[in-house]
Amino acid sequence: MEVLKVSGIGEKYQSQNGEVTALSNINFSVEQGEFMSIVGPSGCGKSTLLSIIAGLLKPTEGTITLNGKLVSGVSPQVGYMLQRDNLLEWRTILKNILFGLEIQKKLTPENIAYAEHLLKTYGLYEFKDKYPSQLSGGMRQRAALIRTLATNPDMLLLDEAFSALDFQTRLAVTDDVYTILKKENKTALMVTHDIPESISMSDRILVLTRRPGTVRNIHTITFDMEQRTPLACRSHIQFNTYFNTIWNELDVHV
Amino acid sequence: MYNEPQTISKERQLYLKRQKRGKQKVLFWQIAILVLFLAVWEIAGQLGWIDTFILSQPSRILHTYANLTQNGILEHIGVTVYETLVGFVLGAALGTLLAIVLWWSGFISKVSEPYLVVLNSLPKIALGPVIIIWVGAGTSAIIVMALAISLIVTVLEMLNGFRSTNREHIKMARTFGASKHQIFTKIVFPGNIKTLFNSLKINIGLSLVGVIAGEFLVSKAGLGYLIVYGGQVFKLDLVMGSVIILSVVAALMYEAVVLLEKAVTRHYGR
Ligand SMILES: Nc1ncnc2c1ncn2[C@@H]1O[C@H](COP(=O)(O)OP(=O)(O)OP(=O)(O)O)[C@@H](O)[C@H]1O
Ligand SMILES: [Mg+2]
Repeated sequence: MEVLKVSGIGEKYQSQNGEVTALSNINFSVEQGEFMSIVGPSGCGKSTLLSIIAGLLKPTEGTITLNGKLVSGVSPQVGYMLQRDNLLEWRTILKNILFGLEIQKKLTPENIAYAEHLLKTYGLYEFKDKYPSQLSGGMRQRAALIRTLATNPDMLLLDEAFSALDFQTRLAVTDDVYTILKKENKTALMVTHDIPESISMSDRILVLTRRPGTVRNIHTITFDMEQRTPLACRSHIQFNTYFNTIWNELDVHV
Repeated sequence: MYNEPQTISKERQLYLKRQKRGKQKVLFWQIAILVLFLAVWEIAGQLGWIDTFILSQPSRILHTYANLTQNGILEHIGVTVYETLVGFVLGAALGTLLAIVLWWSGFISKVSEPYLVVLNSLPKIALGPVIIIWVGAGTSAIIVMALAISLIVTVLEMLNGFRSTNREHIKMARTFGASKHQIFTKIVFPGNIKTLFNSLKINIGLSLVGVIAGEFLVSKAGLGYLIVYGGQVFKLDLVMGSVIILSVVAALMYEAVVLLEKAVTRHYGR
C-alpha cells in the first residue's frame, strides 16, 4: 500500500537577489512500512523536499498525497524529526515527549499512557522527571523520537536526525531507531549526508542530482540475512558494492 | 552534571578551602572600605577638616534617623516605594504586552520602528513639565514619569529576546501544527524568562530614577521631595540621609527581583 506519493514537485525560492530553483519535477512514492532515504549533494534541496512533504512549505509546482489525501498544511499523520533534538530545557522529559500531543490538543489518558509506554519500552522511564540537560546526547535523540512517535503518525520524516551525534553514539542510536520504527511498523523517509548510514537503514535509496534537485536514481537495498539491523549490514559483503554505486552517482568532485 | 564523590579527596578539600578563604577576603575588604570611609568622614568632621554644614557627617545622619517618625521619613519612604512599584509593574506589564504585539505583527513592528528609535533616545525627563500639565502635579504624574522612562526600554529588550528565540524550537513546534498563539505561549515566552528578568532588573532601577525625577518636579512627598527640600533649606544631613536610604531601598528592590527570579527559575527546573 502506498502511503506517500510525490508528483511533479518543483520549488522556486524568491528573494531580493533573485530566484533559486531548489527542486524540479520530483516523482516517487513510499510504501507502507518502508524505510526510504534521500541522499544528494549539499544544497540540492533535500530539506526543502521534506518541508514540503511535511506541509510546512507550499510547493511551487506539483502535489503531495498522503494516504490518498492531498497535503495542504501540517498534518498530524506526519511526524518530523529535525537534526537537533530541540528538547525544551524548561520541561521535564515527560513534559517534553508530551509536547506534540499538547500542541495537537490530544492529551487524553490513553495517549499519555501510550507515551509512557514508549518511555518504558525504550529505556527512558526512569528519566521522565529529569531535565534534558541531565541526559546524554543519545538519550536526548531517543526522547525526541518518542516525542514524535507519541502523536502516532503514519509516516516519519527524518532530516539528518543523527548528524549532531558523535560516531559511536550515532551507530547505537541508528540501531535503536531502526528497531523502534520497524517494531512500531512506521513508514520513514530520511535525509542524510552519510551514504553508509543510508545503506545500513534503508529499503530504498533515492539519489538526487545537484541543484535544481531531480531524481537521479532509486536503488533497492536488500541484504541476505535473517534479522536485519543497521550495524550488521555494515559488515555485510554487499555493503561496499552499494556504497560504490551510490558514491559514483553522487558525482562528488574534490 | 558532576557527581560529588562520597569521600572528598585531599585536593578537593584544599581547593574548597582556598575558594572559601578567597571569598572571605573579598568580603572583608568590602566591609573594611565602608567602615574606613565612614570613620574618616566622621573624624574629619570632628576635627574640623571639612565643613559638616555642607558635607554632613555620619553621626549627624544617624541623629536624623533617630527622629525618623518626627520628620516623617518613614512615610516618605513608603510613598517612594509605592510609586516605584506601581510604575515598575505597569512598565513591565505594558512593555511586555507591546513587545508581544510587535512580535506578532511584522507590519506594525516595521511601521513603528523609527518612532521607537526616536522615543528610545529621547531623554524622557524632558517630558516632565508636560506630564505635570497633562495629568496634574501629583502621584499620577510621578508614576507616568517612571513609566515613560522604563517602558520603551522594556519593549525593545523583550522584543529583542522574542525575536532571537531558537528558530529550530519554533520549527519543531510547527511540525506538530502549532498555531502562532501556541508558539508564543509554549516556546517564545517560556524561552525568554531570562530576558524577562534581565529587563525587570533594569526596570526597577529605571522606575526609581523616574520616581525621584518626578518627585523633584512635583515636590509634595517622597524621598525625592525630601532631597530637594533638604537642599533648599540647607539641611544637608537630611539630604545625605535620604540618599543613603534611597540606595538601600534600590538595593532591596533589586534583591526582591533576584529572589523572584530564583523562585521562578527553580519552578522551571533550571
Ligand atoms: N528560505 C530560502 N530562501 C532562498 N533560498 C533558499 C531558502 N532555503 C533554501 N534555499 C536554497 O535552496 C537550496 C536548497 O536548500 P536545502 O536546504 O533544501 O538543501 P539541502 O539539500 O537540505 O542542503 P544541505 O545538504 O546543506 O542540508 C539551497 O541552495 C539553498 O541555498
Ligand atoms: Mg538540509
